[in-house]
Formats: sequence, C-alpha cells, structure tokens
Amino acid sequence: MTPPDDTGSGGRPARTPGVRRLAEHRLFWPAAVLAALLLGNVALTHDFFAVRVQNGHLYGSLIDILQFGAPLVLVSLGMTLVIATRGIDLSVGSTVAIAGALACEHIATAKDPGSPPTVLSAVVVAVGVAAAIGLLNGFLVARLGVQPIVATLVLMVAGRGVAQLITDGQIISVSSGAYKMIGGGYWLTLPFAVLLAAALVAVTSLVTRRTALGMLIESVGGNPVASRLVGIRAAGLLVTVYVVSAVCAAVAGLMISSNVSSADGNNAGLWIELDAILAVVIGGTALTGGRFSLGGTVLGALVIQTLSTTIYTLGVPPETTLVFKALVVIVVCLVQSPAFRARLSRRRRPAAPGPAPATGDVAARRQEVHP
Amino acid sequence: MSTALSSLTGPLQRFSARHATRLPLVVTATLLVAMFSIGSLRYEGFFSAQVLLNVLIDNGFLLVVAIGMTFVVLAGGIDLSVGSMVALSTMLTAWLVERNGVPLALAVPLVLLVGAGGGALMGWVIHAFEIQPFIVTLAGMFLARGLCYTISTESIPLTDPTATRIAQTRVLLPGGLFVSPAVVIALTVLALAFVVLHHTRFGRTVYALGGNESSARLMGLPVGRTKIAVYAVSGLCSALGGLLMTFYMLSGYALHAVGMELDAIAAAVIGGTLLTGGSGFVLGTALGVTVLGLIQTVVSFQGTLSSWWTRIVIGGLLFVFILLQRLFGGSRPAE
Amino acid sequence: MAAPPTPRTPTRTGRPVLEAHGIRKAFPGVLALDGVDLRLFPGEVHALMGENGAGKSTLIKVLTGVHPPDAGTVSVDGAPQRFAEPLEAQHAGISTVYQEVNLCPNLSVAENILIGREPRRLGLVHWSALHRRAARLITELELDLDVRLPLSAHSLAVQQLVAIVRAVDVRAKVLVLDEPTSSLDRDEVAQLFALVRRLRDRGVAILFVTHFLDQVFDLCDRVTVLRNGRLEGEHRIDELTPVTLVHRMVGGELRTLDELAETSHTGTAAPVPADTPFLSARGLARAGAVQPYDLDIHRGEVIGLAGLLGSGRTEAARLLFGADHADGGELRIDGERAVLRSPRAAIARKIAFCSENRKAEGLIGELTVRENIVMALQAARGWTKPLSRTRQDEIAARWTEVLDIRPADPEAQVRNLSGGNQQKVLLARWLLTDPRLLILDEPTRGIDIGAKTEIQKLVTRLAAEGTAVLFISAELEEVLRLSHRVGVLRDHRLVATLPNDTSLTPDRILGAIATGATS
Repeated sequence: MTPPDDTGSGGRPARTPGVRRLAEHRLFWPAAVLAALLLGNVALTHDFFAVRVQNGHLYGSLIDILQFGAPLVLVSLGMTLVIATRGIDLSVGSTVAIAGALACEHIATAKDPGSPPTVLSAVVVAVGVAAAIGLLNGFLVARLGVQPIVATLVLMVAGRGVAQLITDGQIISVSSGAYKMIGGGYWLTLPFAVLLAAALVAVTSLVTRRTALGMLIESVGGNPVASRLVGIRAAGLLVTVYVVSAVCAAVAGLMISSNVSSADGNNAGLWIELDAILAVVIGGTALTGGRFSLGGTVLGALVIQTLSTTIYTLGVPPETTLVFKALVVIVVCLVQSPAFRARLSRRRRPAAPGPAPATGDVAARRQEVHP
Repeated sequence: MSTALSSLTGPLQRFSARHATRLPLVVTATLLVAMFSIGSLRYEGFFSAQVLLNVLIDNGFLLVVAIGMTFVVLAGGIDLSVGSMVALSTMLTAWLVERNGVPLALAVPLVLLVGAGGGALMGWVIHAFEIQPFIVTLAGMFLARGLCYTISTESIPLTDPTATRIAQTRVLLPGGLFVSPAVVIALTVLALAFVVLHHTRFGRTVYALGGNESSARLMGLPVGRTKIAVYAVSGLCSALGGLLMTFYMLSGYALHAVGMELDAIAAAVIGGTLLTGGSGFVLGTALGVTVLGLIQTVVSFQGTLSSWWTRIVIGGLLFVFILLQRLFGGSRPAE
Repeated sequence: MAAPPTPRTPTRTGRPVLEAHGIRKAFPGVLALDGVDLRLFPGEVHALMGENGAGKSTLIKVLTGVHPPDAGTVSVDGAPQRFAEPLEAQHAGISTVYQEVNLCPNLSVAENILIGREPRRLGLVHWSALHRRAARLITELELDLDVRLPLSAHSLAVQQLVAIVRAVDVRAKVLVLDEPTSSLDRDEVAQLFALVRRLRDRGVAILFVTHFLDQVFDLCDRVTVLRNGRLEGEHRIDELTPVTLVHRMVGGELRTLDELAETSHTGTAAPVPADTPFLSARGLARAGAVQPYDLDIHRGEVIGLAGLLGSGRTEAARLLFGADHADGGELRIDGERAVLRSPRAAIARKIAFCSENRKAEGLIGELTVRENIVMALQAARGWTKPLSRTRQDEIAARWTEVLDIRPADPEAQVRNLSGGNQQKVLLARWLLTDPRLLILDEPTRGIDIGAKTEIQKLVTRLAAEGTAVLFISAELEEVLRLSHRVGVLRDHRLVATLPNDTSLTPDRILGAIATGATS
C-alpha cells in the first residue's frame, strides 16, 4: 500500500495544548514539593538562596544540596530503570560500599596515590566489579526468574561483608588529590560531583530516549506478555538495567568515599537503596513498572536531600529525617494506590472526578526529556 | 531456558513430590551437623552442648523475630520493619522505665501492645489499599527507627534492678549447662508458633493465603483478617524480641538491631521457607537461626577470621538456598 | 462407568432449586444481560451455551453473587435471594468450580477440601478426623486419592475433581461448573463426568458451561441458550441435534450471512496454488491445546479458521507464531524446516500475530499510539538501532491516516482508544513489519461495524498484494467472505479444510463444527 506522505512541512506534528498541559502535570507534584521545601527554608534562613563566590568556587545552601544529593541522584537514576522493568535493586547500598572500598584500597596501596593513572585504574576496578555485581543480579532475575527483591537481597546481605573484607574492617583513608576531585573537588566553579551526576543523568536520558532502550524498558515493565509477543528480548534488557543500576551505585560510592577521603565498608551508602526507591516513587515512576521519568527521579532525589538539609537547619536531631521520610512514603503510596483513591471518591461521591494526583495521568510522562 | 531447567529438574520434582517442601529442611539440618562436626574437629572446646546453648543465648531475640517473619513470609508477604521495631522496643522500654519511672511490669505489656498495634496497622494498610507489603513495611521501618531518635539519640542504659536481675538469671540445666530466661521464652514462642501454624485454623489460613491468595478468597477464607493478623504477629514478635534484647544488652538504643530484618529473612529462607509464600516450617526457621549463630561461633573460634565473614557466608548461604528454591520449590512465576 | 440408568429429563413439574427470572445487567456501554431466565431442577445437568458475548459469564457471576443484577430475581428453593458476595451464594447452597483451579496447591488434598470447616478439638485442628472425613468424601464419590498428599502432586484433572469435592461438601444444592474441562484430556474428562453424574444422581443440580458440543450431548439433560445477552430458549437435549444447537447459538447472524453468501462468495474461491506453500504444518500439536494438524498457507492466500470459542483456533495459531512451543509435528517455512522457539524467531521469518486479547497480549496500554505502532519494528531492529523520532512521527501519522485511527493523535495513550482503534493500532504495528504471513485472531471482535468493514477490506487487499493471511473469527460471515479456504476446528481438532467454492455454505461449516463431518 502507498500511504500518503503528507505529514506536513514541519516534520514533527505539533502537540495539542491538552497534552502539553498533562506533560507539565507529570512533573508538577515533585517540583511543587521541592519548591515548597525550598521556600520553607527561605522562611527559616533568609539567605538560603544566596550563592557566594569564594576562591573561584560557588558556595551556598543550594550548592550544598546539589553536592550532597549527587550520589543519591545517581543511585536513584539506576533504580528508576530497574523499577521501570517491574524490578527492584536492594543491593545498591552494598555496591556503594564495595566500590568505595575497592577504589580506596587500590589507591592506598598504590605507589603514587596522587597520580591520575592510579585514580583512573581505581575507578575502572570499582566500576568493573560493580558491573559484575549487576550481571549477577540480572542473571538471577532474567535467567533464573527469581523475584528481583529476593535476588538482590543476597548481595544486600553479603555485600557489606565483602566491602569490609576489602578494607579489612578498617576505615581506609586516602590522601589523593586526584581522587578527592570526584566527590569533593570543583570544576568551573561548580562541585565536580554535581557536574558528574548531571553528566550521567544527561547520558542516561540520551541513551534511553534517543535510542529505543527507554521505550523497550517501558514496554517490558508495562506489559511483559505483550512485549514477548512483539519480539522484545526481555532478558537482555533486564540484565542491562541491573548492570546500569550497579554502575551508577559504584560511581555514587566513589563520590561518597572521595568526599570524605576514606572508605567505610560499614556505613557508606547505608539506607541509600531505600532513599533511592523513595526518590523514584516521589518522581512519579510507579513501583509496578512501565513509564519512567528520569527528570522526576532527579527531583525526587533533590526533595529527599532538601528534606535532610531542612531538618539540619531546624535543629532537630538529623536522625528524625527518617520519620519524615516514612510519612512521605506513606502519603505517596496512598496517593498512588487505586484502592485508596476509590475509597476517597466513594466518600465524597457527588464530587466530580478530582484532579489527577501525582500519578494520575501517565499520558506524557516522558515529555520532559524531549524538549 | 526455562524448558531446559524444567526438563532437568522434572524427574527430581516427581521424585520429591511428597517431600519437596521438607528438602531444604533436610539440607539445613545436614549443614548444621556438618558445621558442628567440623567445628568440633578443628577447634578446642567447640564440641560441647554449652556451645550450642550459647548460640541460643546470643540469638534468642533473633529467633523470636525470625518466627514473626516466618508468619509473614508464609502468608506471601515480607516485613522489613522488624529490625527497627526491635530497636524501638528497646528504646521504649528503657525510656519508660528509666526516664518515666514506669514499673517494668507495666512497660512490658505496653511495649508488646505497641508492637502488635504497629504491625496490625501496617497489615491493614497493605490489605485495605492494596499496596505492596515491601513498601509499607519500608515506611514502618523508617518510622520506627525515626521514633527511636525522637526519644533519644543516645543509648539509654537500663539500670532497673528487676531488669538487671532478669538479665543475670541463669536457668540451670542438668550436666552443668545453663541458658538464659530469654532462651526459655524464645523456645516457648517457637512451640506456640508451631502449634498455631500447624494446628489452628488461623495457621492453616496463613498457609492457604501464601499458596494462592485469590483462591483463598474464593474458598471463603478470611483473607483480610488473616493478613492483618500476620503482620500483627510479626510486630508482636519484634516487640518481644526487642524486650529480650533490652535484657540482653541492658540498654535501649536506636542503633540496636540494624539489619536484623535481613538476618530474620535469611534465617527463614535457610530454614526452608519459600519467599513466595505458602511453604515452610517454623522449626526450620529455628534451624536457620542456629545456623546463623553457629557461623558466628565458628568465625569467633577461628580467631583469624573477621566478623564480616559472617555476613559473607550468610549471603552465600542465602544465594544457595534461593537457587535451591528455584530448582525444587516448584515453578510458580514471580509476580 | 456404565451408561447411567436414565431418569433423564422427566417432565419438569417440580419446583426448581434455582430460578433466575428476568435478569438484567448492564455495564458501562454494554447491556450484558437483558431479561434472561434460567431454571435448574434437582438432579439434572443443565448446559449453559452461547457464543462469545452471549452473556454466559455474566449470568454465572450474577448467580454466584459476584455481580448483583440490575433487575430480576434469583430464588433458591423458591425463596428470593440477594447475594452481596460469593460467600453468601455459597451459604445459600450455590457452589462454583472455575476453569482455573481455585485451590491452594501447597496444601494437602484433605485441607483443600475442608479448610475453613476443619473438624476441631479444643480449638485445634483435629488432623486425624480431618483426614478421615476427607477420605470418606473422596470414597463416597468413588474417587481414589491419597488425601494427605499436597494438591500440587496431582494432575490438573484431579485438582479439578478435588475442587468439585470441596464445592459439594459445602452442602451444595447447585453446582456451577464453569468450563472445567478446557485443559483436560479425554480420559480426564471421562473421570470428571463420572463424578458429575454421581452428583446428579444424588439430586444436586448442576449448571455446566462448556464449549464442547460433544460434552453437552454426552452429559446434559437440558440446555439454556443465550444469544447477545438475551434468552434464546430452554431446550431438552434429546430434542436437539448438534446442528440445531449450533444454529440456536449462532442464530441471528445466519440470516445476514445468507444474504451475503451470494454476493461475496464467488470472488474468493481460487484454486490452491501449486507452488511451495509459504508455511506448511505437518502434525503440529501441543498437548492440552490442539491435536496434531496439517495446514498449508500459500502466498496471497487467506485461510479462515472457523470453530466455536474454545475449539482450539487460537491455540493452533499460537504454534505458528512460536508463542507456545509445539510438542509434536514439524513446521516448514518456504520448504525449509523451521523450529520457532519464540515469537522473535517467527517475526524474523516475517510472521506477524495479532492476539485476540488486545489488552493483555497486544497493547502496552501506558504507551502512546506512536510507540505501540513502531514497537514490533523497533524490537526487531534492537534498541541500538532506534527509529528516529521524525521517522516514528512519520510512521505514526501515516498509519493513523491509512487506517483512520481515531483520535488522530499519535501521542494519545493507547489504552484510551476504543476497541476498534486499538485493533487498528495493532494492525499498523504488524503491517509495518511487512509480514509474509499475518495471523489475525478475532480482529473484528467487539469493534464497531465501520472499523470491521475496513479491516475486512484491508485483509483482501493484503492478500491481493501477496501476503498470506490466517484469519480467525467466530463469525462465519466474515470467514466466508474473506477466505480462500476454511479450516474448521472442533474440540481442539482441525476436522476439515474446505475450499471456499460455491458449494461451501454456512450450513456445511456449521455441520462440520457441530458434528465433525464435512459433507
């Protein structure tokens, strides 16, 4: 058949305003929460938004949030892809610890800890081992059909032991200028960690959205049966996302250990898997898989980091952040739960169908990466 | 690949149709005997009943917590909040007794009530709003741990004379052996759990729920009530485990029992409970806890091995048992 | 078991144990049941028959308390009932056994029969009494099972029997069997029927839903036929033949079909091409799904597959797409032996398959029309070779226009489209891959008449351009209008492949469907 070739002169058809509005809606809630948190901080400390230049570096609360939030952004990034396939990766916290331990061990035992080749090989070792971890997780999930939560539990348990094995139970301190750069350095006035995280987010967005990876991942997560019948090789995709998740966690681990110039197998990346899951959920990617939003995840991670910062500013013991996180989890999950929404609408029956909450309409969730 | 796997395991599955669920239990028991034998051969003073009893003394609270976890896992759920709930219980007990002068006899039931109530609340949210148990109990985990810190970020030592007396009590057994009261309590809980799971309507409904939830509903079983009850049991066990830990440590601290949910899950899995639910034995969980404890003991006897080997070995065991479950535990697809 | 002494269908003057009268049930956009009556008498096996969309499953759900009816009454033993949930229907004596075994595989047979009603002593389960009671129930029904074995150790058929034993022990007066035999083999069916007959002889009223005509004539005393949500009639089985029963089920469509037959018929008949068929199946089979069958499909040929719902049409087609693994026979594509291990392998050989189950097996509901259209092509290319966004937009715009997909917005979520438009999206997805064989499973079910005609035209045009098409449909009219040859399936067996010449009439196909005979 010979279909007409008259898609118009502009190439891409213009999207309707309705779709556009929904697209904005998709990120509206995480963005609104973040904005509210930031504004709340301004009320507490008036110079919250102030950014100073000192020694050619930018300083300020906002910069701090970005810098300290960078590892979480990375871990959440990988977690987003895993969750989009209906999976979960509990082993990222352990991977963070292992990567930091490997790198620090490598640098500490090297002849020339400060030299870039040493640091580079340390990074390669850490990322390589992380990729192997991801392969193992992916193999269990994709090939053996083990539930993701169970498959990744193995390394969640064993991983910290492995990290301590590498560091011999010590906290390994390193003094390497080049290594310090990853998590604590500055480049072009900005913290290097922020730039690194931004670059990885950009690369991931590009790779998932400019190739077909993102669409195929969403397809496998959205309807595994249909995906098989349409000829998608799900196994390869699943392995890929677990490897990406582990590699992201490894880079986050390098950042964390670099920032404090030491590796702590016990505490590095503790709870970060839970924060990452939380960030993904706040960002609007449903735990049931399918459509994912990297932009939403970044916002979600920043929300969590800002929350931590706010707690500090309030002078409340920082550990109580957990209570707030718990409340956020509960609220977000309730809002996402169809059963809860059904109950709510039943209670106020005459009311018109309410405005879609954070997960309401998935219509154009991916628009934000396609400006 | 799944066909290759099933053709491989087909004859084995037929062979073990009747005893399939007991196979991991046998493996675990064999493992236990092997570990104890090797330990006895290699280390001076390892071969004694007291070594085994010490494993129980040091892990009585874990046993109680793992029993609660077994209920949840059997019903097809998971409870990530148990570790935090244990910490909250230690904190709450110490705070009530030390800071508020509440008598121990009142504090104990209060703490148990909080545990059971918290568990029931999570169960209700899971049931009523159809949210994955994993995420709800994750919130519970955050909440309980956070509440610890709102009580105090420091450790609260427990100096109440009754408490210290209980902590120092030894229950003497024939042959110069002894255990702590906690062991007696833990074993009582174990016996109770066994009776409940295998000989009550509630227990059988738990198994049915884990076997196939929608079937259970169509068979007219009280699915919602059972689900809520299971999480309440887990909460109650965590609170009791927390109390035992309080007497073991003689302090309440927000950093107690970090990661205990993983140990509890590992104990249940190593004890032969399927993580997909519906199959397992609470006595297996007791074996699992003993295996975990024995690993610690071996590591400490060895001396040159560091404590982190415990975690690595537990992880390795978990891996092996998950593979075993895949091969022998039927081919119910992951949800 | 010997043929039972038949007090079959005495004149029904007694009081029905279950009576539904004037049942009406509407769902948004669909009137599923409109004034349907049903009477069940003690000690009869009563078939409930009807084609897809006739309202059988809705009626069962109303009777068993899953859906409350909008109008009409359900009475048990003359007393009107209003069930709020299945448990209430169960308490009133109506038990249901579903196609899928709804038991717990991890529990023992005894527990599955008695859980929730276990005998207890001092509050604890009285195990020995439980096993005794279960064993007694099993032997009473002349079965032989070890009640202590876990249910999962038994075959599906035995599990189904256990489900019936459980249902009956709830003191059932009425037993609803909803397609219990779909996945059972012949011996297993016989075992199940023996049990059903014993229950009937004890005075249980059995409502039997099945797609197997033989089974209806083998087992049932009376039949209620539904058509398009209405009651077609209640009949004694011994007053019907398979052919008349099928006529009553398919009914209304026959009239339009007669008119169409003349106009559409002559054009489609064509001699079977002599060249190597594109696809050739020999003895292809899958246990429990479809018996060994032979089928050749040539380039440019439309093969229709006719048969009642559940006759194995879909199962036969799935083997040709690698969606299920064949466990016997062989498949040749272009004369070469081919083993299709996965749909991917079939797609690589230019085979396309539009599933009848659009939502569950076809569309990825969350994604857009554009993404759903390019999905198969993209999957074949792999993720590293993306179709550019411009290309995707072009493709989506083009196919939206060609197939007139509405709304004409490629960025709309596909789950928000109507059934006909969803079907067109699926068609576009596969046409884009330029298939040599297009398998269409019920492509026109549940879609409006306009879209239906367009899809039919499309099939004709594709065949004219050289594509081979396997067209599965429950509507004989369509099959006759479009196909060059018609394969007829009956009880999971391909009973005939008939050339669509002037001698092929709907009655001949119906005859083949009803009796398996081809003349």
